[in-house]
Amino acid sequence: MAEIKYIEGYPEYMRKAIDIVNKTRNKRKDYVPKSMTREEQEEVLKLHPDYAPGGKRKISIGQNKGDIAPDPVADLLEAYPLIEEGEIDIKSVDYSVDILIIGGGLAGTSAAIWANKQGIGKDKILLVNKLRHGDCNSIMAEGGTQAADRPNDSLQRHFLDSIGGGHFTNKPDVLRALVTDAPFIIHWLCELGVIIDREENGDFVEKWGGGTSVRRMHSCRDYTGLEEFRVIRDEFKNKEISCIEHFPVIELLTDGNNRVTGAVLYNLETGEYKIVESKATILATGGFGRLHIRGFPTTNHYGATADGIVLAYRAGAKLRDTDTVQYHPTGAAYPVQVIGYLLTEKLRSAGAQPVNKDGEAFVFPLEPRDVEASALIRECYVRNKGITTPTGLRGVWLDTPMIEIKNGKGYIDKAFPGMKRMFNRYDIDMCKDPVLVFPTLHYQNGGVETDPEGKTNVKGLFVAGEVSGGVHGKNRLMGNSTLDTMVFGRRAGIYSAEYVKSGRKQGKLTLEHMKKYVKMLKNAGIKKERRSPMLLPEYRGKAALARMIDVF
Amino acid sequence: MKEGKNIMDRIAEASKSITTGVDEKDIKNWVTIYIMGRGYRVPADLTILTAMEYAGYKFIRGCGCRQGFCGACSTVYRRKGEYKLETGMACQTRVEDGMYLVQIPFTPAEKAIYDISKEEYNINVFFKYYPELARCVSCNTCTKACPQDLEVMDYVQAALKGDFEGITEDSFDCIQCGLCAIRCPAEIVQYHIAQLGRRMYGRYDNPEPEHLEKRLKEIKKGKFDKEMDEIIHLNRKELEKLYAERKREPD
Repeated sequence: MAEIKYIEGYPEYMRKAIDIVNKTRNKRKDYVPKSMTREEQEEVLKLHPDYAPGGKRKISIGQNKGDIAPDPVADLLEAYPLIEEGEIDIKSVDYSVDILIIGGGLAGTSAAIWANKQGIGKDKILLVNKLRHGDCNSIMAEGGTQAADRPNDSLQRHFLDSIGGGHFTNKPDVLRALVTDAPFIIHWLCELGVIIDREENGDFVEKWGGGTSVRRMHSCRDYTGLEEFRVIRDEFKNKEISCIEHFPVIELLTDGNNRVTGAVLYNLETGEYKIVESKATILATGGFGRLHIRGFPTTNHYGATADGIVLAYRAGAKLRDTDTVQYHPTGAAYPVQVIGYLLTEKLRSAGAQPVNKDGEAFVFPLEPRDVEASALIRECYVRNKGITTPTGLRGVWLDTPMIEIKNGKGYIDKAFPGMKRMFNRYDIDMCKDPVLVFPTLHYQNGGVETDPEGKTNVKGLFVAGEVSGGVHGKNRLMGNSTLDTMVFGRRAGIYSAEYVKSGRKQGKLTLEHMKKYVKMLKNAGIKKERRSPMLLPEYRGKAALARMIDVF
Repeated sequence: MKEGKNIMDRIAEASKSITTGVDEKDIKNWVTIYIMGRGYRVPADLTILTAMEYAGYKFIRGCGCRQGFCGACSTVYRRKGEYKLETGMACQTRVEDGMYLVQIPFTPAEKAIYDISKEEYNINVFFKYYPELARCVSCNTCTKACPQDLEVMDYVQAALKGDFEGITEDSFDCIQCGLCAIRCPAEIVQYHIAQLGRRMYGRYDNPEPEHLEKRLKEIKKGKFDKEMDEIIHLNRKELEKLYAERKREPD
């Protein structure tokens, strides 16, 4: 391949394509494409990775047998445990706690703080992390947190926007809890010292999100998750609650009778296992972006490998909405180093339009995410109006210079420092030039079915955050995920504390559920080729992997 | 319908170096990097993080969000023939020929324990918890080390003056990677001081807006209860109708 000439971050041919975007910008300034009718939405959704044929199958064993799941998810459910029965000694207990919390993102960390507030001692709570405390999706949330706290807004509106976005499949009572607690969560954040963007008069700056009928997105520049998380982690550390890092759970323990009683931990560095016994267990392990469902890049962190649903499913928990995956409409498609990275929806709230290679604004910028993502796929692969990158990926432009035309010069510096910094590293100035985008795997819509208190159908097992299913139905709205983590983190913390305080005794520790599950696998004729949970994805070079041997 | 599957396959094919790891035969340009002293030939357009993976390293530490937000992959490096030590996030820095690399798996910095609701909002809070702040010699090493290009020394100076707004503005984009603290000759833990400063500013200088207080009162008084009781029991058809009838707030 001939050496490509780059001009301010883009190869020459992309530069020429940008000229077309620049020329049409003025015309597009006051033009916004109409939002789609229901019929138009349904038509374009046929191209959504969830609905396009292939890539999924029926789960063949367990309580969700017959439900549809993406192949990589079904693979992990139809896989053998990492440990063999009899291989480990579950009788000698290393940690004995009231509440075990698995996963230290916003949900798990909030749960710990609220359980502690509820009177569970700091040494009676244990937060375990697969990676570092803070290596999570929460910290990367950019756009915002929804809460209906403006006078023209109401809880019903937040409810209606969310359930419509979720195609009326959300669990109503759980969604009610989400929207009702939202303003209290914002109040909690203010008390903790989270710095939320303000207007001159001290009111919150509140922005549009895709699918909302009112502006209700609270943000902290484009570092909303970072600001919320680092403050909540600081609070957690001030409470001196026990925490272990680089120690994933590889199997839950149960009493053999539908109650979770603890977990098997694994030290990633030494290979040693530890046994925890707990009266209540909160699963807050996040989602599954790193499964690269349908071969998409992802916005998710390194550890987003669906561990939570795998562990819970083996212990007997019910899943729901396993058939739907959220693809964020605007992942970075160029340069190659940032492919799949999140370009927040807030960019579109602030005026950036998706634009095709002819310089046309072809879609209402704030459709619900599944619709918007499908429209981008259609533009690139059906209408062939995308731009192809040097590595062969297609994308459309997100016309970011429009943001400053609409909001004034200097606005990007103030509102999107993170985005600007990221592109600057590759010599791209998003104030001057558009950036190339394509949908990217973003969120696990479904998960372990929960009730409004974070309870599951398995006794002693609570869930919070992305690992749970129900609150978002089959499609989540922007700003409802950070909210979900804190609302249900708090609820799981409080209700698990109450569960413990109601006089629960520690249940016995067994791997009966695992034995039963292995039997089911064998009866279904599933070969011992796959093991799960996955823990970490595989990105090592193929040449290096081909010659790797294990000598210890 | 078949078209849909075809499209998915094409997308997957175009993304495969990102989703399944880099394949040698797709690579045209190469550089040599030195991981903890040992040389490896790696594709030129990778980041330090993905280049180390290409070379065969599977990260257990030093890898979190992979997108520049979490601060897990702090890296120190030197270019061949130069004396200067550079710093960066492995996931955000492209490899260059002749880079000598080491990752910092953990920063053993002390974080003070405090109760934000009981502190007084003045300069003393910094000296009470981080007295070493006074040791700053204004050498600017922290600023040079910051992978977010923050004016770290400026916010340390702001803390020394009790300027909470200044510390907030200058430190807001901090990802707490710890590189400033690792390089500081005065052993100041800049990022923890900034965290304390921001929380104080957030709590004491940003009163909650009236519209939030009003909403909390309304919810507590049960203003929405009746309508919420109704709405959660509507069937799909009724919900669809209400959803379609929503009026969008004017822009």
